[in-house]
Amino acid sequence: MKALSFRTGMMAALFCLLFAPMVAMAVDDPAEMLPDPAQEQRAEAIGAQLRCLVCQNESIEDSSADLARDLRHVVREHVAKGESDHQIMDWMVSRYGNFIRLRPPLTAGTLLLWIMPVLALCMGIGVAWWHLRRPRAVAPPLTDEERRRLSDLTRTRRE
Amino acid sequence: MSSESPSSPTRRRLLMAAPLVVAAGAGVGFWRMLSGMSHGSFDPHDIHAPVLNRPVPDFSLPDQAPGTGFSAQDLRGLKAPVLVNYFASWCIPCVAEMPVLNGLKDRLPIWGIAYKDKPEHALGFVQRAGNPYARIAADRDGLTAIDWGVSGVPETFLIGPGGVIRWHTASPITEAMIADTILPLAGSLKS
Repeated sequence: MKALSFRTGMMAALFCLLFAPMVAMAVDDPAEMLPDPAQEQRAEAIGAQLRCLVCQNESIEDSSADLARDLRHVVREHVAKGESDHQIMDWMVSRYGNFIRLRPPLTAGTLLLWIMPVLALCMGIGVAWWHLRRPRAVAPPLTDEERRRLSDLTRTRRE
Repeated sequence: MSSESPSSPTRRRLLMAAPLVVAAGAGVGFWRMLSGMSHGSFDPHDIHAPVLNRPVPDFSLPDQAPGTGFSAQDLRGLKAPVLVNYFASWCIPCVAEMPVLNGLKDRLPIWGIAYKDKPEHALGFVQRAGNPYARIAADRDGLTAIDWGVSGVPETFLIGPGGVIRWHTASPITEAMIADTILPLAGSLKS
Protein backbone atom coordinates (compact mmCIF):
# COMPACT_ATOMS: atom_id res chain seq x y z
CA MET A 1 0.00 0.00 0.00
CA LYS A 2 2.75 2.34 1.01
CA ALA A 3 4.79 1.44 -2.08
CA LEU A 4 1.81 2.09 -4.28
CA SER A 5 1.14 5.56 -2.92
CA PHE A 6 4.82 6.44 -3.30
CA ARG A 7 4.64 5.30 -6.89
CA THR A 8 1.51 7.31 -7.54
CA GLY A 9 3.23 10.34 -6.05
CA MET A 10 6.23 9.86 -8.30
CA MET A 11 4.00 9.48 -11.33
CA ALA A 12 2.15 12.66 -10.47
CA ALA A 13 5.46 14.52 -10.02
CA LEU A 14 6.74 13.25 -13.36
CA PHE A 15 3.47 14.19 -15.01
CA CYS A 16 3.75 17.73 -13.64
CA LEU A 17 7.36 17.97 -14.84
CA LEU A 18 6.34 16.80 -18.28
CA PHE A 19 3.73 19.49 -18.70
CA ALA A 20 5.47 22.29 -16.82
CA PRO A 21 7.10 23.77 -19.97
CA MET A 22 3.75 23.82 -21.73
CA VAL A 23 2.15 26.17 -19.23
CA ALA A 24 5.20 28.44 -18.98
CA MET A 25 4.37 31.92 -20.24
CA ALA A 26 6.41 33.09 -23.19
CA VAL A 27 5.44 36.72 -22.81
CA ASP A 28 8.75 38.24 -21.73
CA ASP A 29 7.35 41.29 -20.09
CA PRO A 30 4.01 41.55 -18.25
CA ALA A 31 3.70 45.07 -19.67
CA GLU A 32 3.06 43.44 -23.06
CA MET A 33 -0.22 41.98 -21.82
CA LEU A 34 -3.54 43.65 -22.45
CA PRO A 35 -5.26 45.03 -19.36
CA ASP A 36 -8.53 43.25 -20.19
CA PRO A 37 -8.08 39.52 -19.30
CA ALA A 38 -10.66 38.40 -21.88
CA GLN A 39 -8.87 40.31 -24.65
CA GLU A 40 -5.47 39.05 -23.45
CA GLN A 41 -6.79 35.48 -23.59
CA ARG A 42 -8.02 36.03 -27.15
CA ALA A 43 -4.68 37.52 -28.17
CA GLU A 44 -2.87 34.51 -26.68
CA ALA A 45 -5.15 32.09 -28.55
CA ILE A 46 -4.49 33.89 -31.84
CA GLY A 47 -0.75 34.12 -31.17
CA ALA A 48 -0.60 30.38 -30.39
CA GLN A 49 -1.72 29.72 -33.98
CA LEU A 50 0.87 32.00 -35.59
CA ARG A 51 4.30 30.67 -36.50
CA CYS A 52 7.35 32.59 -35.40
CA LEU A 53 9.18 33.24 -38.69
CA VAL A 54 12.56 33.19 -36.97
CA CYS A 55 12.41 29.95 -34.94
CA GLN A 56 10.02 28.31 -37.32
CA ASN A 57 8.57 25.53 -35.15
CA GLU A 58 7.44 27.78 -32.33
CA SER A 59 4.38 29.95 -32.11
CA ILE A 60 4.87 33.67 -31.54
CA GLU A 61 3.44 33.20 -28.04
CA ASP A 62 6.18 30.64 -27.24
CA SER A 63 9.10 32.36 -28.93
CA SER A 64 11.28 35.03 -27.40
CA ALA A 65 12.62 36.19 -30.78
CA ASP A 66 12.47 39.91 -31.45
CA LEU A 67 10.13 39.52 -34.41
CA ALA A 68 7.81 37.28 -32.35
CA ARG A 69 7.59 40.03 -29.74
CA ASP A 70 6.73 42.59 -32.41
CA LEU A 71 4.07 40.29 -33.88
CA ARG A 72 2.58 39.67 -30.41
CA HIS A 73 2.39 43.43 -30.01
CA VAL A 74 0.66 43.79 -33.39
CA VAL A 75 -1.86 41.04 -32.52
CA ARG A 76 -2.69 42.80 -29.23
CA GLU A 77 -3.12 46.13 -31.02
CA HIS A 78 -5.60 44.58 -33.43
CA VAL A 79 -7.46 42.77 -30.63
CA ALA A 80 -7.72 46.02 -28.67
CA LYS A 81 -9.13 47.70 -31.79
CA GLY A 82 -11.90 45.09 -31.71
CA GLU A 83 -11.00 43.15 -34.86
CA SER A 84 -12.21 39.57 -35.26
CA ASP A 85 -9.85 36.55 -35.13
CA HIS A 86 -10.51 36.07 -38.83
CA GLN A 87 -9.50 39.65 -39.69
CA ILE A 88 -6.28 39.38 -37.69
CA MET A 89 -5.41 36.05 -39.29
CA ASP A 90 -6.01 37.54 -42.76
CA TRP A 91 -3.80 40.49 -41.90
CA MET A 92 -0.96 38.12 -41.01
CA VAL A 93 -1.50 35.83 -44.02
CA SER A 94 -1.46 38.80 -46.43
CA ARG A 95 2.06 39.63 -45.17
CA TYR A 96 3.65 36.26 -44.50
CA GLY A 97 1.47 33.83 -46.47
CA ASN A 98 -0.19 30.67 -45.18
CA PHE A 99 3.21 29.63 -43.83
CA ILE A 100 2.55 31.78 -40.76
CA ARG A 101 -0.46 29.64 -39.82
CA LEU A 102 0.58 26.71 -37.65
CA ARG A 103 -2.73 25.12 -38.63
CA PRO A 104 -2.73 25.14 -42.45
CA PRO A 105 -6.04 25.85 -44.21
CA LEU A 106 -7.65 23.16 -46.34
CA THR A 107 -6.50 23.81 -49.93
CA ALA A 108 -5.61 21.63 -52.91
CA GLY A 109 -2.01 21.61 -51.66
CA THR A 110 -2.86 20.53 -48.11
CA LEU A 111 -5.71 18.16 -48.99
CA LEU A 112 -3.55 15.03 -48.60
CA LEU A 113 -2.32 16.27 -45.22
CA TRP A 114 -5.84 16.77 -43.92
CA ILE A 115 -7.42 13.56 -45.24
CA MET A 116 -4.45 11.34 -44.34
CA PRO A 117 -5.88 10.13 -40.96
CA VAL A 118 -9.18 9.14 -42.61
CA LEU A 119 -7.29 7.60 -45.53
CA ALA A 120 -5.05 5.57 -43.20
CA LEU A 121 -8.07 4.37 -41.20
CA CYS A 122 -9.91 3.33 -44.37
CA MET A 123 -6.83 1.49 -45.63
CA GLY A 124 -6.53 -0.34 -42.30
CA ILE A 125 -10.20 -1.31 -42.31
CA GLY A 126 -9.87 -2.42 -45.93
CA VAL A 127 -6.88 -4.65 -45.25
CA ALA A 128 -8.52 -6.13 -42.13
CA TRP A 129 -11.76 -6.80 -43.99
CA TRP A 130 -9.91 -8.39 -46.92
CA HIS A 131 -8.07 -10.70 -44.53
CA LEU A 132 -11.16 -11.66 -42.51
CA ARG A 133 -13.44 -12.47 -45.41
CA ARG A 134 -10.82 -14.59 -47.22
CA PRO A 135 -12.01 -18.21 -47.06
CA ARG A 136 -9.87 -20.41 -44.85
CA ALA A 137 -8.03 -23.09 -46.84
CA VAL A 138 -9.82 -26.34 -46.09
CA ALA A 139 -7.39 -29.21 -45.60
CA PRO A 140 -8.11 -32.08 -48.01
CA PRO A 141 -9.04 -35.43 -46.44
CA LEU A 142 -6.14 -37.69 -45.50
CA THR A 143 -5.01 -40.18 -48.07
CA ASP A 144 -4.85 -43.88 -47.14
CA GLU A 145 -1.10 -43.65 -46.83
CA GLU A 146 -1.34 -40.72 -44.41
CA ARG A 147 -4.05 -42.39 -42.37
CA ARG A 148 -1.87 -45.46 -41.98
CA ARG A 149 1.10 -43.34 -40.81
CA LEU A 150 -1.10 -41.51 -38.34
CA SER A 151 -2.40 -44.69 -36.76
CA ASP A 152 1.18 -46.04 -36.62
CA LEU A 153 2.34 -42.90 -34.84
CA THR A 154 -0.50 -42.83 -32.31
CA ARG A 155 0.01 -46.51 -31.57
CA THR A 156 3.74 -45.99 -30.88
CA ARG A 157 2.85 -43.14 -28.51
CA ARG A 158 0.43 -45.30 -26.51
CA GLU A 159 2.90 -48.11 -25.97
CA MET B 1 1.37 -26.20 -49.66
CA SER B 2 0.66 -27.69 -53.06
CA SER B 3 -3.06 -27.46 -52.34
CA GLU B 4 -3.02 -23.62 -52.22
CA SER B 5 -4.16 -21.70 -55.25
CA PRO B 6 -1.27 -20.91 -57.60
CA SER B 7 -1.85 -17.13 -57.34
CA SER B 8 -1.25 -17.09 -53.60
CA PRO B 9 2.58 -17.05 -53.47
CA THR B 10 2.66 -14.37 -56.18
CA ARG B 11 0.18 -12.27 -54.27
CA ARG B 12 2.16 -12.71 -51.09
CA ARG B 13 5.33 -11.66 -52.87
CA LEU B 14 3.53 -8.60 -54.24
CA LEU B 15 2.29 -7.71 -50.77
CA MET B 16 5.82 -8.06 -49.42
CA ALA B 17 7.22 -5.89 -52.21
CA ALA B 18 4.60 -3.12 -51.96
CA PRO B 19 5.95 -1.44 -48.77
CA LEU B 20 9.50 -1.71 -50.13
CA VAL B 21 8.48 -0.05 -53.39
CA VAL B 22 6.66 2.72 -51.50
CA ALA B 23 9.65 3.27 -49.20
CA ALA B 24 12.06 3.30 -52.16
CA GLY B 25 9.85 5.77 -54.04
CA ALA B 26 9.64 8.06 -51.01
CA GLY B 27 13.40 7.76 -50.55
CA VAL B 28 14.14 8.81 -54.12
CA GLY B 29 11.64 11.68 -53.79
CA PHE B 30 13.16 12.99 -50.56
CA TRP B 31 16.66 12.61 -51.95
CA ARG B 32 15.79 14.66 -55.03
CA MET B 33 14.08 17.32 -52.88
CA LEU B 34 16.93 17.59 -50.37
CA SER B 35 19.65 17.55 -53.02
CA GLY B 36 18.10 20.85 -54.15
CA MET B 37 19.36 22.38 -50.89
CA SER B 38 22.98 22.20 -52.04
CA HIS B 39 22.39 24.19 -55.22
CA GLY B 40 19.82 26.55 -53.80
CA SER B 41 16.69 25.34 -55.58
CA PHE B 42 15.18 24.13 -52.29
CA ASP B 43 15.21 25.98 -48.98
CA PRO B 44 13.07 24.44 -46.21
CA HIS B 45 13.12 27.75 -44.29
CA ASP B 46 11.92 29.77 -47.25
CA ILE B 47 8.89 31.94 -46.65
CA HIS B 48 7.08 32.28 -49.95
CA ALA B 49 6.51 35.99 -49.77
CA PRO B 50 2.96 36.91 -50.76
CA VAL B 51 4.16 40.49 -51.46
CA LEU B 52 5.56 39.42 -54.84
CA ASN B 53 3.95 41.21 -57.79
CA ARG B 54 2.06 43.53 -55.45
CA PRO B 55 2.68 47.28 -55.08
CA VAL B 56 4.80 48.17 -52.05
CA PRO B 57 2.69 48.61 -48.89
CA ASP B 58 1.92 52.12 -47.59
CA PHE B 59 4.70 53.52 -45.45
CA SER B 60 6.66 56.67 -44.82
CA LEU B 61 10.00 56.41 -43.05
CA PRO B 62 12.27 59.17 -41.70
CA ASP B 63 15.87 59.86 -42.73
CA GLN B 64 18.68 57.68 -41.60
CA ALA B 65 22.00 59.56 -41.77
CA PRO B 66 23.86 59.84 -44.08
CA GLY B 67 20.88 59.30 -46.42
CA THR B 68 17.36 60.62 -46.80
CA GLY B 69 14.19 58.71 -45.94
CA PHE B 70 11.50 57.69 -48.39
CA SER B 71 7.89 56.59 -48.63
CA ALA B 72 5.71 54.25 -50.68
CA GLN B 73 4.88 57.24 -52.95
CA ASP B 74 8.58 57.69 -53.78
CA LEU B 75 8.84 54.04 -54.88
CA ARG B 76 5.54 54.10 -56.80
CA GLY B 77 6.66 57.17 -58.71
CA LEU B 78 9.82 55.51 -60.05
CA LYS B 79 10.31 54.91 -63.77
CA ALA B 80 13.28 52.52 -63.38
CA PRO B 81 13.81 49.57 -61.01
CA VAL B 82 15.56 49.94 -57.65
CA LEU B 83 16.70 47.43 -55.07
CA VAL B 84 15.37 47.93 -51.53
CA ASN B 85 17.62 46.36 -48.91
CA TYR B 86 16.70 45.93 -45.23
CA PHE B 87 19.83 45.95 -43.07
CA ALA B 88 20.99 46.47 -39.50
CA SER B 89 24.34 47.23 -37.91
CA TRP B 90 23.86 44.25 -35.56
CA CYS B 91 23.44 41.78 -38.44
CA ILE B 92 26.52 39.76 -39.45
CA PRO B 93 25.29 38.62 -42.91
CA CYS B 94 24.60 42.31 -43.67
CA VAL B 95 28.29 43.06 -43.14
CA ALA B 96 29.14 40.21 -45.49
CA GLU B 97 26.90 41.45 -48.31
CA MET B 98 28.11 45.08 -48.22
CA PRO B 99 31.03 44.59 -50.68
CA VAL B 100 28.61 42.88 -53.09
CA LEU B 101 26.13 45.77 -52.81
CA ASN B 102 28.94 48.28 -53.33
CA GLY B 103 29.82 46.46 -56.54
CA LEU B 104 26.22 46.69 -57.71
CA LYS B 105 25.29 50.28 -56.81
CA ASP B 106 26.52 51.83 -60.08
CA ARG B 107 24.47 49.42 -62.18
CA LEU B 108 21.28 49.46 -60.09
CA PRO B 109 20.31 52.05 -57.45
CA ILE B 110 19.99 50.57 -53.95
CA TRP B 111 17.77 52.12 -51.29
CA GLY B 112 18.44 51.00 -47.73
CA ILE B 113 16.11 50.62 -44.77
CA ALA B 114 17.80 50.40 -41.35
CA TYR B 115 15.78 47.81 -39.41
CA LYS B 116 15.41 48.28 -35.64
CA ASP B 117 18.72 50.05 -35.33
CA LYS B 118 19.98 52.98 -33.28
CA PRO B 119 20.59 55.94 -35.66
CA GLU B 120 24.24 56.35 -34.63
CA HIS B 121 24.91 52.60 -35.00
CA ALA B 122 23.36 52.50 -38.48
CA LEU B 123 25.37 55.58 -39.48
CA GLY B 124 28.61 54.01 -38.25
CA PHE B 125 27.82 50.77 -40.07
CA VAL B 126 27.14 52.49 -43.40
CA GLN B 127 30.29 54.63 -43.10
CA ARG B 128 32.50 51.65 -42.28
CA ALA B 129 31.07 49.56 -45.10
CA GLY B 130 31.35 52.27 -47.77
CA ASN B 131 27.82 53.51 -48.38
CA PRO B 132 26.11 51.53 -51.19
CA TYR B 133 22.76 53.29 -50.68
CA ALA B 134 21.27 56.11 -52.77
CA ARG B 135 18.75 56.78 -49.99
CA ILE B 136 18.47 55.43 -46.45
CA ALA B 137 15.36 55.34 -44.28
CA ALA B 138 14.99 54.21 -40.67
CA ASP B 139 12.40 51.64 -39.54
CA ARG B 140 13.03 51.96 -35.81
CA ASP B 141 10.10 49.95 -34.46
CA GLY B 142 10.26 47.34 -37.26
CA LEU B 143 6.55 47.68 -38.06
CA THR B 144 7.04 48.76 -41.69
CA ALA B 145 9.18 45.63 -42.17
CA ILE B 146 6.24 43.49 -40.98
CA ASP B 147 4.03 45.11 -43.66
CA TRP B 148 6.62 44.04 -46.24
CA GLY B 149 6.65 40.49 -44.86
CA VAL B 150 10.24 40.80 -43.64
CA SER B 151 11.24 38.04 -41.21
CA GLY B 152 14.82 39.14 -40.58
CA VAL B 153 17.78 41.03 -41.98
CA PRO B 154 19.19 41.15 -44.57
CA GLU B 155 16.18 40.98 -46.83
CA THR B 156 16.09 42.47 -50.32
CA PHE B 157 13.32 43.40 -52.76
CA LEU B 158 13.56 44.38 -56.42
CA ILE B 159 11.03 47.13 -57.08
CA GLY B 160 9.84 47.56 -60.67
CA PRO B 161 8.43 50.75 -62.23
CA GLY B 162 5.25 51.83 -60.46
CA GLY B 163 6.48 50.45 -57.16
CA VAL B 164 5.62 46.80 -57.78
CA ILE B 165 7.69 44.20 -55.89
CA ARG B 166 9.14 41.92 -58.59
CA TRP B 167 11.64 39.79 -56.72
CA HIS B 168 12.58 39.04 -53.15
CA THR B 169 15.21 37.18 -51.16
CA ALA B 170 15.68 36.58 -47.45
CA SER B 171 19.33 35.62 -47.95
CA PRO B 172 22.40 37.84 -48.32
CA ILE B 173 22.92 39.06 -51.88
CA THR B 174 25.65 37.18 -53.77
CA GLU B 175 27.50 37.91 -57.02
CA ALA B 176 25.74 34.91 -58.57
CA MET B 177 22.31 36.29 -57.63
CA ILE B 178 23.20 39.63 -59.21
CA ALA B 179 24.46 38.11 -62.45
CA ASP B 180 21.83 35.36 -62.81
CA THR B 181 18.68 37.01 -61.49
CA ILE B 182 18.76 40.62 -60.34
CA LEU B 183 20.39 42.37 -63.33
CA PRO B 184 18.57 40.34 -66.04
CA LEU B 185 15.24 40.96 -64.28
CA ALA B 186 15.99 44.66 -63.73
CA GLY B 187 16.95 44.97 -67.41
CA SER B 188 13.70 43.41 -68.55
CA LEU B 189 11.69 45.74 -66.27
CA LYS B 190 13.33 48.83 -67.69
CA SER B 191 12.30 48.31 -71.30
